[in-house]
Amino acid sequence: MRLRPTRRAFLTQAALACAALSAAPAFAQGAAGRVVVIGGGFAGGSCARALKRLDPRITVTLVEPNAVFTACPFSNEVVAGLRELREQQFGYDSFPAAGILLAKQAAVGIDPQARNVVLADGSRLTYDRLVLAPGVDLSWDALSGYNEAAAERMPHAWKAGTQTELLRRQLAAMQDGGLVLIAAPANPYRCPPGPYERASLIAHYLKTAKPRSKVIILDPKDAFSKQQLFQQAWAQLYPGMIEWVPLSAGGKVTAVDPAAMTVTTDFQTYKPAVANIIPPQQAGHIAELAGAADRTGWCPIDPVTFEAKLQPNIHVVGDAAIAGAMPKSAFAANAQAKVCAAAVATLLAGGTPVIPKLINTCYSLAAPGYGISVAGVYQPQNGLLAEVPGSGGTSPLDAPAETRAAEAEIADGWFRTIAAEVFG
Amino acid sequence: MLTVGWTATAAELPPTGASSCSGCHAVSASLQTPVLRLVGRPAADIVTAMQQFRAGQRPATVMDRIAKGFSDDEAAAIATWYAGQKE
Repeated sequence: MRLRPTRRAFLTQAALACAALSAAPAFAQGAAGRVVVIGGGFAGGSCARALKRLDPRITVTLVEPNAVFTACPFSNEVVAGLRELREQQFGYDSFPAAGILLAKQAAVGIDPQARNVVLADGSRLTYDRLVLAPGVDLSWDALSGYNEAAAERMPHAWKAGTQTELLRRQLAAMQDGGLVLIAAPANPYRCPPGPYERASLIAHYLKTAKPRSKVIILDPKDAFSKQQLFQQAWAQLYPGMIEWVPLSAGGKVTAVDPAAMTVTTDFQTYKPAVANIIPPQQAGHIAELAGAADRTGWCPIDPVTFEAKLQPNIHVVGDAAIAGAMPKSAFAANAQAKVCAAAVATLLAGGTPVIPKLINTCYSLAAPGYGISVAGVYQPQNGLLAEVPGSGGTSPLDAPAETRAAEAEIADGWFRTIAAEVFG
Repeated sequence: MLTVGWTATAAELPPTGASSCSGCHAVSASLQTPVLRLVGRPAADIVTAMQQFRAGQRPATVMDRIAKGFSDDEAAAIATWYAGQKE
């Protein structure tokens, strides 16, 4: 698999590999088994690689229809004109060289009984264990008036790509003195500090380019990630520019009207120049098709193996999983994927997975060179992942500029490190 | 022993907590980052650093908060494993 195979060629190879292995349970034959991973983001890409590294005999197929992955971490810098979208983009060329089969099309169905995945062209991939890493889907119409068409006028920019650039263009085109409105979602959602980092970096852009402008965050919550650190940074860096309206002050958005460019709460109607609506989210649709998502739209998992509580032999990692105290971050997705890979390799070989510990570290930028973080260590407890007592926490308040600069530098190093680990 | 899949795999499994580290600590020597590589580093150095981070005796950004989530035994196992790793 040195050369990148054509789609038909590798699917044939995958089909042959499956046919060869499907005669009997894999480990009974001395073979290591077949794992299909759906989703080539930080979770799925990490899991596929870790599986192959742990046991090269496992047949690993990564199902991902997109030729290019566009990463969300640091995409708020793209919104603010500090970074280009191409710096967020990674391909899958290095996966075949690692021995991973690529199925470059969408998974459209799962048959948990037959243990196979239906691909868009109708072909099927048989698995011994399936890993779902679909990330999030936006819950269209969960907020009155907000659907895919509305997102062209009021971008969410919560999946990095064309939406990120659309929001950037709208900010660039805005007149000085305009109101930028960010509607934050209720918990749980991808990247808890993301809306507040975005407000910070937009304010950074406006401060020099359009200094009479203002940012309002409408929030259906009364607290948010790294809140004190953000609010301290806003007071220092952008006095009077960012207003946070919490739930208790009427921050919950009840409806949007993209034609009129209005955003409505229980208390008033806003008419922003730029509206960034971050809607409620749920696990990617394939999780629902697999029967792994519950009524919340997310996937309950066993915290030791990441096996779905609703579907045996199907594991869920990354943003789609209900991971207890672990936030939906790229770092967490990568850490979960590696623990899940070890559990899957162990289970395929007939062993008992060990009780894991996982780390999350999540950096945000309040401005270029001003980094803040939250970190935590997690372990299974009462069927969920809970913080190890006494560990974790946020950056110190009232820290000197050198501390913020050091964290910004480490944030940049983290992104390059994790991108290299996942995408080669 | 090597004919049994699990045994062969078990030898390669990182100890509890270790797989998370490479999110920040690059495995590849070709990557230039401000975070030290752990691969091939003497185990005693890693153990000492973890103890100092936990005790607040070593300048830190996030490692003071993370080290508090690991016992001495866990830190020692992670250190020994990383010391034996190659890129």
